[in-house]
Amino acid sequence: MQNKLKATEEGEELFLHFFEKLTLYDITTLEHLISKYFAKNISQVVLDLEKVEYIDTAFGIFLLKIEEHFQQRGVTTTFLCDNISINSTLELVRRQKRKREEGGHPLVKKPFSENFFSMINDISVGIVSFLTFFGQLIMTQLYYLKSFKNIRYKEIAFEINESAIRAIGIVSLTSFLIGLVVAYQSAYQLKSYGANIFIVDMLGISILRELAPLITAIVIAGRSGSAFTAQIGAMKITQEIDAMKSMGFDPFAFLVLPRIIALMITLPILIFIADMMGMFGGMLVSNLDLGISTQLFLDRFREVVDVKHFYIGILKGPFFAFLIASIGIYRGLSVKDDTQSIGFNTTKSVVESIFAVIVCDALFSIIFTNLGI
Amino acid sequence: MPVIKVRDLKTIFGEKVVHDGLNLTINEGEIYGLLGPSGCGKTTLLREMVMLEAISHGSIEILGKKIESISAKDAQNLKQNWGVLFQFGALFSSLSLRDNIALPLVEYTDLSKSMIDEIVDFKIKIVGLKPQDSELFPSQISGGMKKKAGLARALAMDPKLLFLDEPTSGLDPISAREFDALILKLRSMLGLTIVMVSHDLQSIYDTLDRVAIIDEKKIAYEGSIQDVKTSKSKFVQTFFK
Repeated sequence: MQNKLKATEEGEELFLHFFEKLTLYDITTLEHLISKYFAKNISQVVLDLEKVEYIDTAFGIFLLKIEEHFQQRGVTTTFLCDNISINSTLELVRRQKRKREEGGHPLVKKPFSENFFSMINDISVGIVSFLTFFGQLIMTQLYYLKSFKNIRYKEIAFEINESAIRAIGIVSLTSFLIGLVVAYQSAYQLKSYGANIFIVDMLGISILRELAPLITAIVIAGRSGSAFTAQIGAMKITQEIDAMKSMGFDPFAFLVLPRIIALMITLPILIFIADMMGMFGGMLVSNLDLGISTQLFLDRFREVVDVKHFYIGILKGPFFAFLIASIGIYRGLSVKDDTQSIGFNTTKSVVESIFAVIVCDALFSIIFTNLGI
Repeated sequence: MPVIKVRDLKTIFGEKVVHDGLNLTINEGEIYGLLGPSGCGKTTLLREMVMLEAISHGSIEILGKKIESISAKDAQNLKQNWGVLFQFGALFSSLSLRDNIALPLVEYTDLSKSMIDEIVDFKIKIVGLKPQDSELFPSQISGGMKKKAGLARALAMDPKLLFLDEPTSGLDPISAREFDALILKLRSMLGLTIVMVSHDLQSIYDTLDRVAIIDEKKIAYEGSIQDVKTSKSKFVQTFFK
């Protein structure tokens, strides 16, 4: 790179001779070489471009920057150049720079208080918009459910297939394993007290009442909640939702209600499947580990586990489903028109819906315990 | 001097033959247009030139390099010597306009922050955006501004060759004419060679030096815009009525 610049000093005069093709790749090297002369006692600088073949605009900007540097130190600078294209590049850069100095307002950084209050504003706008979504949802629901022919059976059936039938495998497997694990862990404890048969009571109540609904809801939140957000978010980016609105189709009726209704119908069914699979897992371990025969397990089950536990578990289904679906869809609708916000909202939708499900479950626990059920 | 030479190009997608025996030559300093009916493979040809799409048969030579047999290193070098403006700007949505334009400079050069800032300011100015706009994000600006910012990003490395995919589509007539003027201005100021796909008749007449009309998988006409009516292609007869 050395051969692109030759600097000679004659008394208070500095000659900078440039050579060859000069592009933005050369700037940093030459900047180091030239900056050595900034501090020296020089009264005149000659920038000699006579032997240069070509400069790009970035290098033009760099040359003017050097000129500015020297001029600020009271050094006179002259350009030596007779190449037309180089001169026009320099002229172009100089013109734009002048325009910039006249026209542009410098950017002012916002003070902390403004940032802070705009953050609070964002949060409150977020809360209000969720409430708006909720209100709109309830109103559409009331409006559309007035008559049976307004219900979009086809979309609901499609969503039932997508978010429930296809989830049966994973829900069964997860709850089977949970039943297995819970039984296995407690078998060890119960054995040491000789209380083997109580495993039926324990599994019956914990799985039917708490574990199966919760596990199912969490799997569905991860599976369908995120899918709702991503689908609707993508539709928002491709302006499909705007197109629907412009054609007079209410996105709430087409996209939101079918999904919510589908999930509210299917989650109880999935919980029922999860109940069976969980109990099956527990029964397997009881049989192998504690020597409780299938017949004995089922007899005991019928005897001690009240049917109310099963109903409570199933009853939670529609509530969880409503939370998962509405949060997923709300997040999908709040996607802005850039791709990043799909990922952001999908993450949020899963986290928020799992959190909401657990809070809801805790509320149910308190209510049912106080009611003595 | 030819900058791009396409020889005997054949493009096949599955069963569908898009190009069959396509030849064209683009010279230095030209504004060259690829025209043709929808689905004739203009954008595909553009994508093949910038190595986004593989070539089935034939050859494309850009700046002296045959891209069907190019080494990874040469390909990397070549990619720094051209700029591409996509139809909708394709700005990176996680970055502000300033960072979008600075990205190639940050990645490919060792320039200091202040130098990059100056270069970015210059590019922003030259495409007609305001310096205040540079802190905005792509989702906050209009389609026309996205195109201008996309153009500024394409020009970031001072390329000699610029590819534009429908530069005026989606712009209002006034902005479209401004964009045409901008392209002409940039060509004369920076000595660019520009290849563009366009459907905008006004823009075609105003900016293009030479055109290639793709029809029936081949070049139906290649030459100056004034003589285009001599072509017998059915598309040309209806399009340039």
